[in-house]
This record gives sequence, C-alpha cells and structure tokens, in this order.
Amino acid sequence: MTGCGRRRLGQTLLALLLLGAASVGWAAEARLAIAANFTAAAREIVAAFEAATGHRVVASFGSTGALYTQITQRAPYHVFLAADQVRPALAEREGLAVPGTRFTYATGRLVLFSREPDLVTGEATLRAGTFTKLAVANPITAPYGAAAVEVLRALGIYQTVERRLVLGTNIAQTYQFVETGNAELGLVAASQVAERAGGSRWLVPQSLHSVIAQDAVLLTIGAENPAAVAFLAFLRSGPARAVIARHGYAVAE
Amino acid sequence: MDDGAELWAAVRLTVELAVVTTLVLLVIGTPIAWWLARSRAAWKEAVAAVVALPLVLPPTVLGFYALILLGPDGPGGWVAGLFGGRSLAFTFEGLVIGSVLYSLPFVVQPIRNAFESFGPRPLEVAATLRAGPRDAFWSVAVPLARPGFVTGAVLGFAHTVGEFGVVLMIGGGIPGETKVLSVAIYDYVETLQWTKAHMLAGGMLVFAFAVILGMLVLEKRLARRLR
Repeated sequence: MTGCGRRRLGQTLLALLLLGAASVGWAAEARLAIAANFTAAAREIVAAFEAATGHRVVASFGSTGALYTQITQRAPYHVFLAADQVRPALAEREGLAVPGTRFTYATGRLVLFSREPDLVTGEATLRAGTFTKLAVANPITAPYGAAAVEVLRALGIYQTVERRLVLGTNIAQTYQFVETGNAELGLVAASQVAERAGGSRWLVPQSLHSVIAQDAVLLTIGAENPAAVAFLAFLRSGPARAVIARHGYAVAE
Repeated sequence: MDDGAELWAAVRLTVELAVVTTLVLLVIGTPIAWWLARSRAAWKEAVAAVVALPLVLPPTVLGFYALILLGPDGPGGWVAGLFGGRSLAFTFEGLVIGSVLYSLPFVVQPIRNAFESFGPRPLEVAATLRAGPRDAFWSVAVPLARPGFVTGAVLGFAHTVGEFGVVLMIGGGIPGETKVLSVAIYDYVETLQWTKAHMLAGGMLVFAFAVILGMLVLEKRLARRLR
C-alpha cells in the first residue's frame, strides 16, 4: 500500500468514526447544572436514566445563583435544574435557554432540622430562641435561604434571631453546618434529610413561605443534544417523579 | 446595613483578621523556625513537612478538618463550651485558628531560611563573648534574620487577606464577624452585583501587587544593609 493510500484509508476511518458518533443518538453526553438541594434525587435519577437510555450524564452541583452566573458566561451546560423559577425564566429571556422547554420538576419543602434528638419540637423551637446558631442558606443566592427568611419573618422572629443566623453559600453547605453540629439548628431542604434517620425535625408548613417551585430548562447550548432532550423527558416520567417524591418533594400533577 | 457600610465592614474585618493572624504566626512561628534551623533531630524534616502541608493541601481539606475540629465533636467545641458557646466555627477566633493553620508555612519558611543563612558562626562568636543563649538569640540571631521576619510577616499577612476556601467553609458569612473580603466578592459575583465585585476585586489586585513589589524592594534594601 502506498503512503497516499494509507492516508486515505485513515481519513475514511476517521470520517466514519465522526459520522457514527454524530448519528448514533445513544452515544451522546448531557452536562447538567443542578441546584445543590436536588443532589441526592438527581444522582438516583441520573443512574436510572443512564441505565434506561445508554446516554451519559455529567452533573455539576451548586447554588442556583452560582450556576446561573456560570451559565451567563456560556458555561458548557446543556440542562439547568434550578431551585427556583426566576433564573430559568431569566435564562430564557436572555436567550440562554430554549423557549417553551421550562417546567416545574419538583416543589421543595423546608424542614427545621437538628442532629440532636428532641431538640426540635416544632414551631416552638424557633419561637423559644434558646439556640446559639441557626443555619440558613444565603437568602440572596439560594431559594431555600429566601424561603427560610420568609418563615422567620412570618413567625415575627426575624429581628430577634438575625444575629444568630449563619449563612451557607448553598443549601448543601447549610446542611453541612448542621450535620457537623457547628450550628445546632438549620432550615434545610426536606430532601436532604429524607433518608437520614435520627435527629429531630419539623416540616415547615408551606403556608409560611412562598412556594419553592423548582424549574428545569433546556439551555441553548444543549438544544441539539439528544441526551439533554431525553433527560428532560425522563425527568417528567413516572419513575423519575416517584424518586422525586420519595426524596421529600411535592410533585405537581 | 447599607452597601457602603457592608463593604467597609468586610475590608476592616479582613485587615483585623490578617493583623491578628500575623501576630499569632510570628509568636508561634519563630520558635518553630528556630528549632527547624538549629535542631539535629533526625525527624525534624518530618516536622518541616507538616508545617508545609498547607502549601500543598487544598483549602477544602483544611476547611473540612477545621469545621470538625472547631465544632462540638472536636476540641473547639470544648473550648467554646468554657465561654458558653458550642462551636468556634462562625466566630472571629475560629477564623484566626483556620488562618494560622493556612498561612503557617508562609511565615515559618522565610524565618527558618534566614536563621540558617548566617550559619552557626555568629552564635559561636556571641558565646565566646559570654552571651547566654537567650541573649545571643535576641541580640544576634533575630537582628541577623530580620529580612526573613519581614518577608514572613508580609507573606503571612497577604496570604491571610487572600484566603478564601477555609473561611468560606468555617465562617458562615456573618457580616462584620466572619464575612471577609474574598467571601464578599464571591457573594457579589454570585448575585450578579458586578460593580461591587469589581470594586473589591480591583482593590485586591492593586493591594497584592503593592505588597509583593514593596516586599521585593524592602528585602533587597535590608539584604544590602546587612552585607
């Protein structure tokens, strides 16, 4: 075989390979930006999705605000699972997301949690104010933090406990403060303690804060990505919704 | 708290933290550096390696351990208990402890190098002139090692100002108490308040440049004077 022929063969093989990768949908990879509170549920759903479809998923977790900042700087995410409705809508308006792909995949619940048994008895625990530190997520960046502040205001105790608040940069760090015992109390996502036995907790009534509707949206970068599109469809499916509900979220009909 | 006040609170807190941390580091770093420079113990390099660990470890590792050590499961919780608290995390004192761990090598290393640079000779001469070990240390070793002290103090101060990961993990973002500059910048970037982020970030840039330049110039001048 001549050198030229060998090169042509190589080029043909390369072309076939590229064509193959592009046409075979199941070989695609979706990159997801996921709000920290959804971590545990997302891992389960991603595993089920990969097993069912053969697509591959790379997930990044962070606060909704941090992820959105990255998305505005053209981070290579295909799908955005936020902890609120504001930022996915903003992404759509800024042309960063595909219009009409936005939907609510979960509704979050807040829980007052302590790793110490018997410490949390209900609303009274917050009202009594005998704690030294109450961990909440940063209300400016994390929707669960904003909801937590709403709860404190609704109970009329925000002024008195303000100086005892410690802020996690996202809800995952907030829970970490509580789990390590550095803060004896925390207003965290119900999803974070759904599978944790022990401690003491009070599921905060939804009447005390605005609904924590968490929206998902397909980002413009992922518009043509079959794995990203398939993942969003999977997120609406029965099995995924069962996982979401089991992790302490309300799931809309 | 209004915006300007919040910016200033972060700046003031950062400077306070850096000053206190540097002083603590000079006090505990000097004997460590002295021992590392003078000792003939076979295991002294193991100690030196421990001191240098923060150079290599990601701040998250230090932050993670600090969070546990400062909390109710660690010694920090016990100490806090003496004062009626439950954890040293989320306190200024906790940040100082984290910063001291984090900046230790930046202070110990230059001082150790300075102590080593003049060798045993000046101290032997001091001994023949009947200077006791303590006298020799203060009136011979310390003045000779002055460039090392300056470098160590400046680096310790600057490195503490630039600290992020550890304070983020143990601070809890309390304005005026644990919300230092780097964390404030992070918050501003996350919340798309880029004007304020630019103000602080630009200030840090100028500060860092000034510190490094100042140190290089000062070091050269001190070295020349000693020669």
